[in-house]
Amino acid sequence: MGIYLLCLLLFCLGIYCVLRKRNIIKIIIGIIIAEYAVNLFFVLVAYRMNGRAPILSPDTTITNMVDPLPHALVLTAIVISLASTALLVAIAMRIYEKYGTFDITKIKELKG
Amino acid sequence: MTGAVNIIPFFVVIPLAGAFLTALLAKKIKWLPDIIGSVTTLALLAISILSIFKVNAYGALVYSVGGWKLPIGIAMVLDGFSSFVLVTVNLIAFIVGIYAVNYMERFTSKWKFYTLFLLMLAGMNGVVITGDLFNLFVFLEIASVASYALVAFGTEKHELEAAFKYAAMSTVGSLFVLLGIAFLYSFTSTLNMADMARVLTQKGANNITVMVSVLFIMGFGLKAALVPFHAWLPDAHPSAPAPISAMLSGVLIKSLGIYALCRIIYNVIGITAPVASALLVLGTLSMVVGVFLAIGQWDLKRLLAYHSISQIGYVILGIALGTPLGIFGGLFHLFNHSVFKSLLFLNSGAVEYSTGTRDLKKMGGLMGKMPVTGGTNLVASMSIAGIPPFNGFWSKLIIIIAAVQAGKPWFAFWAVLASLLTLASFTKVMKYAFFGTLKEKWNKVKEVPVFMKVSMLALALICVIGGALLISGVNEGFLGSASNVLIEGTGYAKVILGSVK
Amino acid sequence: MSREHKKGMSLIVKTITRLTVGLILLYGIYIILHGHVSPGGGFAGGVIIALSFVHLMLAYGKETALRKVSRSAASFFESVGATLFLLIALLGFTGGYFFLNFLGKGEPFKLFSAGIIPLCNIAISLKVGAGLFAIFVALVVLNLDSEK
Repeated sequence: MGIYLLCLLLFCLGIYCVLRKRNIIKIIIGIIIAEYAVNLFFVLVAYRMNGRAPILSPDTTITNMVDPLPHALVLTAIVISLASTALLVAIAMRIYEKYGTFDITKIKELKG
Repeated sequence: MTGAVNIIPFFVVIPLAGAFLTALLAKKIKWLPDIIGSVTTLALLAISILSIFKVNAYGALVYSVGGWKLPIGIAMVLDGFSSFVLVTVNLIAFIVGIYAVNYMERFTSKWKFYTLFLLMLAGMNGVVITGDLFNLFVFLEIASVASYALVAFGTEKHELEAAFKYAAMSTVGSLFVLLGIAFLYSFTSTLNMADMARVLTQKGANNITVMVSVLFIMGFGLKAALVPFHAWLPDAHPSAPAPISAMLSGVLIKSLGIYALCRIIYNVIGITAPVASALLVLGTLSMVVGVFLAIGQWDLKRLLAYHSISQIGYVILGIALGTPLGIFGGLFHLFNHSVFKSLLFLNSGAVEYSTGTRDLKKMGGLMGKMPVTGGTNLVASMSIAGIPPFNGFWSKLIIIIAAVQAGKPWFAFWAVLASLLTLASFTKVMKYAFFGTLKEKWNKVKEVPVFMKVSMLALALICVIGGALLISGVNEGFLGSASNVLIEGTGYAKVILGSVK
Repeated sequence: MSREHKKGMSLIVKTITRLTVGLILLYGIYIILHGHVSPGGGFAGGVIIALSFVHLMLAYGKETALRKVSRSAASFFESVGATLFLLIALLGFTGGYFFLNFLGKGEPFKLFSAGIIPLCNIAISLKVGAGLFAIFVALVVLNLDSEK
C-alpha cells in the first residue's frame, strides 16, 4: 500500500512544481515528474505477487506472470508525453526568443 | 448489417490519410492542400450523415478492430449519441475548411495548417467513435497536441504565451484522466467501456467510483473549460487563427470535454446524485461567471471566448438535470452552440481579415461596408442571446422548462439571467462593431472573399432553420436517439454487449 | 588539421563516434526486425536509430548529420511511415476487418512469422525515427537562430 501512496506523493510533487514554480522550464519538469508518477502507478497496478516478466520464449513455461497490458498502455502514454513535452519545449524556446525571459511573472501580456 | 458496420473505421482513417497525404505531397504544390482538406471534410460529413440513417435502421453498431471480439480487442461503437456528435463535428469542420481556403492565404505554410487541422479532426472523431477507454485517451491526446500547435500557429508573442498556458494546463488535465483510467483498470481489469460498465454494476457503488468520477470531472472539465478550470480558454481560443478558434470553441471543447465526460459518467460509471449535483453547480457557475467576465471585454474574440464558457455551462446544466427533457435540451444546445459560436468566430475572423483589428472601440459602422459579415453576425448574435425564431432560443427554452419541471427553479433563474446578460453583451458587439457611424479610416474596407462569405451564409442558414430539428419527424432520429443513449445510463453495457454475438 | 575538424567536439569523441555509430544503427535495425519475437519493436528501434543520427550530430556538428539526412528527407520518411502504417491497416479489409492480421501467422519464434506485425514495426520505426530526429533538428536549429 505504501508504495502506491509514494507514487501519488510523487504526482502531488509534480503538480506542486507546476503550480508554484515561476520558471517555464521548471514547470515543464514538473509536468514530466507528474507524468512519470502516473506511469509508475500504472505499472505498479500490473504487478502480481511473485510474477515474472510476460515474455514468452521457446524453452520456458510461464506459470505466474505480471499483467502485460498496462506495460503496453504505459509505453503509449510515454510516446504521447514525448510529443507534448517536445512541443512544450519548442514553445518555451520560442517564448525565450520573444520575451528574453523564462519568468512567467514577466510574461503576462494577456489579461482580463 | 455487415455493410453498415464497415463505415465505422473510416471516421478515423479518412482524416488521418488526408493529414499524411498533405504532409507527403502538398508541400510544393500550392492548391493541393485546399483540395485535400475540402474533399476529406466533405467525405467525413457525408459518412456521418449516412451514419444517422444506419443507426436509426440497425440500432447501435459495434466494430471489432482487427477481428478481435469485444471484451478483448479495441471496439469502435456507433450509437445515437456518437452519430449526433459526429455530425456536429464534421459539419463545422467542413464549413470551417471552406472558410480556411481564403482566410489562410496570409499565412505562409498552408500545408502545415491542413495537416494539423486534419490530425485534430481525426482525434476528435476518434474520441467520439471509440468504445475503448484507453483508446479514448490516445485520441484525446492526438486532438489536444494538434490543437496546442494550432494555437501557437502564428508564433507571435501572445500566441506563444497562450499556447504555453493552454498546453501546460491541458497536459495536467490529461494526467488526471490517465490516473482515472489507471484506477478503473485496476478495479475492473478491463478497458472496454461496455464491459467496464457491466463489471461496475456488478460490484456496486463504492469509494473507487466516486474518486474516479472526481478525477474525470477534473480532467474532462479542464478540457471543456468548466469554471474553476477555465483560465486557459480566454487566452487560447482568441490566439488561434479564426478557423481554428471556430473549431476549438465550436467542437473541440464539446467532443473532448462534454462528450467524453457524459459518455463515461453516464454510460460507464453511472450517474449518482452527488455527481449530478456537482455537475449542476459547475454548469451554473460557468454559465454565470462566464457571462459576467464576457460583458466587460473589448477584444471581440476574447468576448466570444468567455461566452463559450457561459454556453458550455448551459449544456452541462441541461445534461446534469438528468430528466429526459433536460438531456434533450442540453444536447440540442450543444449542436446550436457549435453552429452559432463557430459563425461568430468566423465573423470576427472576417472583420480581422478586412480591418486588421479585434478591438471593438476601434470599429464602427462596418455594416455598410461588410453587409454579409454584419448580417450573419446579427443572426448569430440573436441566436446566442435567445431571440425567438432562431435556434438558440428553442434550446435555452427547453433547458429552462426542464429545470423548472425538475423542481430546481433557482437554476432556471440563473439561466434566464445569463441569457439576459448575453443579450446585453451582444447588443454591445453589434452597436460598436457594425452599427453607428463609419470611422474615416475604414472607408476603404472591402467585403471578404467569396469562400468566406459562402461558409458564413451556410452557418447563418442553419441558425435560422435550426429550430426545425424539433419537428416531430426529424427530432426522434437525430436528437432523440442521442438523448436516449444518455437516458438509458449503464444499460449501455447490455446494448453493446448484446449486439455482438 | 582540416577545416572539417574544427566543428563539433574533440578528436577522441569523433573517433569513438565513428566506430560506434554504425553499431548503434545496426542494433536499432535488429530491435525492429525482432520486434515480434522478443522485447522491443518499432518504437524502441526507431528511437535507437534516431539516436544514432543525434549522436552523429552532437559529435560532428549539425552540417555533417544534415548531409546524411536532411530535414525535408526526415519529414518525408515520417509521412511515408505513417501512410504505410495506415495502408497496412486498410489492407486488413481484404480479410473483412480493419487492422486484420491477414497474412499467414507462421511458426512462433521464427523471424518470418506473426503476419503483419513486422511490417507494422517497420512502418512505425520509420515514423518514430524520422520524427524524433526531426524534433531534435528543429530544437537545435531554433536554438542557433536565437543565439545570433
